[in-house]
Amino acid sequence: MNIIEFISQPWHWSVSGAMIALVMFLLLWFGGEFGVSGNLRTLCAIGGAGKNCSFFDFNWRGQLWNLTFVGGAVIGGFIASHYLQSTDPVNISESTRVYLESVGVHTPVTLEEGAGFVPEEVFALDNFFTVKSLIIIVIGGFLVGFGTRWAGGCTSGHAISGLANLQLPSLIAVIGFFIGGLLMTFFILPHILSM
Amino acid sequence: MKLIKFLFTGVLFGIIMTKSEAISWFRIQEMFRFESFHMYGIIGVAVILGAAITALIKRFHTRNIEGGEIKFNPKDISVPRYLFGGIIFGLGWAMTGACPGPLFTLLGHGVLTILAVILSAILGTYVYGLLRSRLPH
Repeated sequence: MNIIEFISQPWHWSVSGAMIALVMFLLLWFGGEFGVSGNLRTLCAIGGAGKNCSFFDFNWRGQLWNLTFVGGAVIGGFIASHYLQSTDPVNISESTRVYLESVGVHTPVTLEEGAGFVPEEVFALDNFFTVKSLIIIVIGGFLVGFGTRWAGGCTSGHAISGLANLQLPSLIAVIGFFIGGLLMTFFILPHILSM
Repeated sequence: MKLIKFLFTGVLFGIIMTKSEAISWFRIQEMFRFESFHMYGIIGVAVILGAAITALIKRFHTRNIEGGEIKFNPKDISVPRYLFGGIIFGLGWAMTGACPGPLFTLLGHGVLTILAVILSAILGTYVYGLLRSRLPH
């Protein structure tokens, strides 16, 4: 097994968690910090939102390092999907697979069906103008942008950086993430997916 | 040239998000259904090691590459913004199956509809900015 084949296997969760901590350290060491959602505010500012809203009236050039970081994440995604592909799709638990099938979402079992990153029923370009796809993509995306800025951070800023710094507000935010996530998963999403 | 180190860190992050499978919508469903330890293991290890790193940086007053001391800004204590904002984000996270880091990574995977999710997220952030003074914080 060569090095590329070795890296291309799905990583154990402990390896993944350690690598995320490494990214957090590198960003701090380079003079930045680990928090991805702030870039959405920066993109608003670059688009000129500061003209009619003071929240976006700041010197966004000071955030260029973070935009560069997410630009790198796009490239990293490209590299991983082209050169570091696993030999099998994401292998989720049988119970989740069975449940998703019951609401009309097929989990890929071969690479021909997909890598197991996004469900075709929602994210395939051909399905974009279906009701469930539009609801999930447009409303879901809106809630991610609105909620992260109201809470002042997302998974990286609160669940990882904030909890690692023992911040009580981050714990409250993470509890909120789960209240919202569980409500959606158990009570709302099944209806949207069955549309 | 100061930015290139952030570019490489981002590339590493995109690869980590992919190989950890944290970018998988299916993994996020599984996490919220408590049917696997996978995502909890990832976040748990990142938090524990991150806490050790944070404590060591504070203890030794570690300097960053520019020579300045690494500072952590304590967050203002309040409940509403974190709880309500967190709930709104959680609702969106369970729908799209992606938080902001994976969103950008998935774009690199060539999932074009993710661009619509990102644009909606930017719009959501913009609307938050407009309503900000009327929301509890």
